[in-house]
Amino acid sequence: MSFINYLSREINCKIVYYGPGLCGKTTNLQYIYNKTNPEAKGKMISLATETERTLFFDFLPLALGEIRGFKTRFHLYTVPGQVFYDASRKLILKGVDGVVFVADSQIARMEANLESMENLRTNLAEQGYSLDKLPYVVQYNKRDMPSVAPVEELRALLNPTSVPDYEAIATSGEGVFETLKAIAKLVLTELKRGGAGAGPGPGGR
Amino acid sequence: MSNPQMVMYEEEFNQIQVIVDRLVREANAQVVFIIDKNGQLIAAAGDTEQIDTTSLASLTAGNIAATGGIAKLLRENEFSTQFHEGERANIHIQLVGNRVILVVIFDNKTSLGLVRLRVKKASEELNHIFEALLRKVSDPNREAPFAEITDDDIDNLFND
Ligand SMILES: Nc1nc2c(ncn2[C@@H]2O[C@H](COP(=O)(O)OP(=O)(O)OP(=O)(O)O)[C@@H](O)[C@H]2O)c(=O)[nH]1
Ligand SMILES: [Mg+2]
Repeated sequence: MSFINYLSREINCKIVYYGPGLCGKTTNLQYIYNKTNPEAKGKMISLATETERTLFFDFLPLALGEIRGFKTRFHLYTVPGQVFYDASRKLILKGVDGVVFVADSQIARMEANLESMENLRTNLAEQGYSLDKLPYVVQYNKRDMPSVAPVEELRALLNPTSVPDYEAIATSGEGVFETLKAIAKLVLTELKRGGAGAGPGPGGR
Repeated sequence: MSNPQMVMYEEEFNQIQVIVDRLVREANAQVVFIIDKNGQLIAAAGDTEQIDTTSLASLTAGNIAATGGIAKLLRENEFSTQFHEGERANIHIQLVGNRVILVVIFDNKTSLGLVRLRVKKASEELNHIFEALLRKVSDPNREAPFAEITDDDIDNLFND
């Protein structure tokens, strides 16, 4: 649910990075944080376990510039990917304006990718959202790992609706900003259409 | 989607600001914040300079979401009030109309009793304002707020 403040002339949107455990969601945000000018970002908050697994969420507030005098601000969140943190994932999805699904390209993680995607659909549906109506992109991460599935295969499996998708190596930053720009663009386009939760009528998502 | 989009206009913002300014004074608090349940800061008053307000807003919303989740497990209505006592700072968190969160940070210059009393009054007033705001936003005749922006505008944002 975006927040438009006519007074401070700001648009605030919420983007959630979703995906299986260890796929690289937190690494995406860390890279964005490290490469963004200090004036365009706030503090990054990570609620993590002692072994650096996300426990509740990571949060990074980001300013992307102005549109017609409105400052665009994006709040980036990651969910905890580990299966047993499902209750937390549901909470983070509340009020989401756009989703990035980060897949782990390693062949051994295909099952986990599919399970996480199914879980994303279920959790969205529980809140009356549909993944097919939401601004949504897919990232195939860890392309540098030795035994990765070919992109065509990943695409067939994880992106049947052909939303924008990107190959990435989050640790070196490859594909990270392409993914972010793509989702930010989709979210703003949806906002322009008056969608993204703006439609409170029964036809809303 | 059950929540219509949050929009803030000057008129309502001014009404809200009057209430939070007064709450800081009357409760003798350090800072007062209003945050929406998704973690967006709506208004603030008092000594906000020392505080990273964006982080505070997101963490408070996360906190409320987590306790709300616990309440649901216990088949309890949402816990609408939380209080955390520290050595120097205390924090009182109040859910208003299940929509926004009213946060009061205070020290030993005041008392929990006084804070509670003032929060109660402010909550009722805030609830009315947010109800009116929601009615306004839900008006089907209201035009899409960004209908006038073009695809080029959006593209330009990313051409750097
Ligand atoms: N080789 C390689 N390693 C990566 C890549 N992206 C992330 N990693 C590593 O994978 C591990 C897990 O990354 P995280 O970003 O913490 O994963 P996560 O998705 O946030 O995991 P959870 O918080 O448990 O959901 C870390 O050691 C990262 O350095 C990548 O593209 N290539
Ligand atoms: Mg993580």
